[in-house]
Amino acid sequence: MEPFTTLTGIAAPLLRPNIDTDIIIRIERLIGGDPKSLGPYAFESWRYRPDGSEDPDFVLNREPFRRARILIAGENFGCGSSREGAVWALQGFGILCIIAPSFGDIFFNNCFQNGVLPIRLERPTIERLVASLAGDPARPVSVDLRQSLILAPLNERLSFAVDPGRRAALLQGLDEIGRTLRHDQAIAAFQARDRAERPWVYAAETRSEA
Amino acid sequence: MTGRTLFDKIWDSHVVAMLEDGAALLHIDRHLLHDLSGSRGLRDLAAKGYALRNPELTFATVDHAVSSAPGRDAVTNPAGAPLIETLRRETAARGIRFFDLGEDGNGIVHVIGPELGLSLPGMTIVCGDSHTCTQGALGAIAFGIGASELLHVLATQTLVQRKPKRMRIRFEGKPAAGITPKDMILALIGRLGTAAGGGYAVEYAGSAIRALDMEGRMTICNLSIELGAKIGMIAPDETTFHYLAGRPFAPRGAGWEPALAAWRRLPGDDDAAFDAEAAIDVAAIAPQVSWGTSPQDVVAIDGRIPDPAAEPDAARRAAMAAALDYMGLRPGAPLAGTPIDRVFIGSCTNSRIGDLRAAAAIARRGRVAPRVTAWVVPGSERVKREAEAEGLDRVFRAAGFEWREPGCSMCLAANGERVAPGQRCVSTSNRNFVGRQGPGARTHLASPATAAASALAGRIADPRRIAG
Ligand code: SF4
Repeated sequence: MEPFTTLTGIAAPLLRPNIDTDIIIRIERLIGGDPKSLGPYAFESWRYRPDGSEDPDFVLNREPFRRARILIAGENFGCGSSREGAVWALQGFGILCIIAPSFGDIFFNNCFQNGVLPIRLERPTIERLVASLAGDPARPVSVDLRQSLILAPLNERLSFAVDPGRRAALLQGLDEIGRTLRHDQAIAAFQARDRAERPWVYAAETRSEA
Repeated sequence: MTGRTLFDKIWDSHVVAMLEDGAALLHIDRHLLHDLSGSRGLRDLAAKGYALRNPELTFATVDHAVSSAPGRDAVTNPAGAPLIETLRRETAARGIRFFDLGEDGNGIVHVIGPELGLSLPGMTIVCGDSHTCTQGALGAIAFGIGASELLHVLATQTLVQRKPKRMRIRFEGKPAAGITPKDMILALIGRLGTAAGGGYAVEYAGSAIRALDMEGRMTICNLSIELGAKIGMIAPDETTFHYLAGRPFAPRGAGWEPALAAWRRLPGDDDAAFDAEAAIDVAAIAPQVSWGTSPQDVVAIDGRIPDPAAEPDAARRAAMAAALDYMGLRPGAPLAGTPIDRVFIGSCTNSRIGDLRAAAAIARRGRVAPRVTAWVVPGSERVKREAEAEGLDRVFRAAGFEWREPGCSMCLAANGERVAPGQRCVSTSNRNFVGRQGPGARTHLASPATAAASALAGRIADPRRIAG
C-alpha cells in the first residue's frame, strides 16, 4: 500500500446524497478485470452517454475536475455493495481522498485498506468548502494527514478527525495482514480455548453429509 | 455493571486481542465464499504467499456469476466460467467445503448459510457480500467485507474491527392481512432513510419480530445494509432453535444440548442500553413499492409518486428529480397501474420457500400478462427441490412464469441476465440503484406477493386486490 501523507489537488464537488458503489463501478467491470485499470470505468453510467461519448454535463468530465484528486460528496457516499472495486475505480481515476458528511460503512473500511483517505465533515462545513471553491475551482486543496488538516482556498484551515490506528497505517502504508500475523499466538490460544467451549463451531466438517 | 446487548455479548466473546488504538482483533467463526469475491480472494492469497488459516471454518458456493437458465451449467454464462473454475480448483486444493452447481447445498450464499445450519447463533460470520447481514437473523454478528478484509480473514481467521454503536429498532403491533416482512422493512427504510444505520449494529426487536418465522426475519435483516447498517440481528428464541434442529451442519446428538444452552444465554440483558432507538407500528403499514433509485424511495402501493418540488432540501430535491427522470415517472401520479415489462422473484431477500409459496398463491389466480416476462429464481438447490416437491414449479409454469435454476440472477445482473434499457421490472430483490439490473433498467422493489400480482396485471398491482 502506498503511504498517504499529504495530497494537493483539484477538488470536485459531487454532492448528490446516497451515491452507491454500483454507480461508482459496474459489476461487469469487476469480473476478471484488473483492479489497476478500472479508472476509465469510474461512474461510467454518468460519465458516458449510451453511444459511448462523454457527457459534458457530468462534473468529472469538465475542466478542471477531470484532474480531480479529491472528491467532495454528499451524505452516505459509497453505500450499498461491499465491492472494493469502487475504491480501486476512484483510485484509478486519480481520486485519493473523499470528503463527505457520512459514508457507507463497508466502503469507509475499504478506503483505508487501499491508502485512500475518507474524511467526515459536517454538512455546513462541506457547503462552506464548496462555496469557497466556486469562484476558482482550479485552486488546489491540500489535505495534510500528519496534521489532520485541510487547507482550503482563502487560507481556510479545516481540521478533521481520523482514527489514530488507521491514521498511522495510512501514513506508513502498512499492510494490515502483516500486522495481524504478529498476533498468531493469541489467535491460536483463542481457538484452543474456544474449541473446548464451543465445539460445534469447529466440528461442522465432521457432520457434513449435506 | 450495566447489562449487555446481544451484540455486546457476541462481540466480547470474539475479541482475540485489543490493539493499540482501541480496535479489536475479532475471531471469525464462518467465512463464506462465493464465485465473485471468493475466487479472487483465493487467487490473491496464493499470489501473496499467505497460507489459508482455517479451511474448516471456510465454505464456498456458486451464485453470483452463474446463469439461471433451465439446464444451465458453469459455462452457460461464459464470462462467469473462469470464476467458477477457479473456485472449484482452489477449494479442492485447500480443503474447503464447496457446494457446486446442482449439488444439495448449492445456492445463494445467504440462503444456504442458515438453511444448512452452517451459520448459527452467537457466531461471527463474514462474506465478501454486503447482504451477509441477512444471517444476523439467527442471532449472529454477520457482515459484508471487501476484498482486502476477505484476504485478511483467509490468512488470519480474524478481522481488525472498531466497535460500532448499537441501535434497537422495535416493530410493534400486528400487521394487516397481506402485509409481508418485505413491506415492514421497506416501510422502515422509507421512514428512516438509507443513511440512518451508518455506524450502527442494529438489533430488531418487538412483538412483530417475535411473531415472524425465520425466513421473514432473514428478509428483515437482509435489508439492514439498505438502512446503512452493515450488521442487523435478531435475538435467538424458540423459533430460531426449532428452525436449526436437524439442519445438516447444526450440532446434533450429544452436541445439541450444550450449544442450545449457550444460545439461550445470548439475548440481551433487560438493563442493556442502546445508543439509539427507533420504533415502528406495523399495523399502519400497507404493501410497499419503490418509485426511485434508492431503497428509501418507497410509497404505499395505493400512494402517489412524490413531487420533488415539495422537498425543502436542495440536494435531496435534485436527487429525487434525477431518480424520477431515470425511472420515467411523473410526480403526483399514482404508482399502481404503471405498466411493466419484467418481474423478478428471487434474490437473498425473497427466494426462500415461504416467498415462493406466497407468490404461487397469487400465480394460481391468473396468467402472466402477455407483454410481461416473469421469472422465478429459487434461492438454493434445496428451495428448488422443496418447491418442486410441492408442485410450485408447475403452478408457476402453468401461469406463464419461467421457473429457473438457483442463483443471484437479475438481482445484480452479474451473470448477464439483465433488464433491457428503459424496461420496467418489479423485483423482490433489495436494490433499485441506477443500472443495478442492467444499464438503463428501471427497478421497483416489492414483496413476492406484489411482484406476482403485478406480473398477472401487467402493471404495478396491489396483491390485496387479487387475493380472496
Ligand atoms: S441475491 Fe443479490 S444481494 Fe443477494 S447475494 Fe446475490 S447479488 Fe447479492
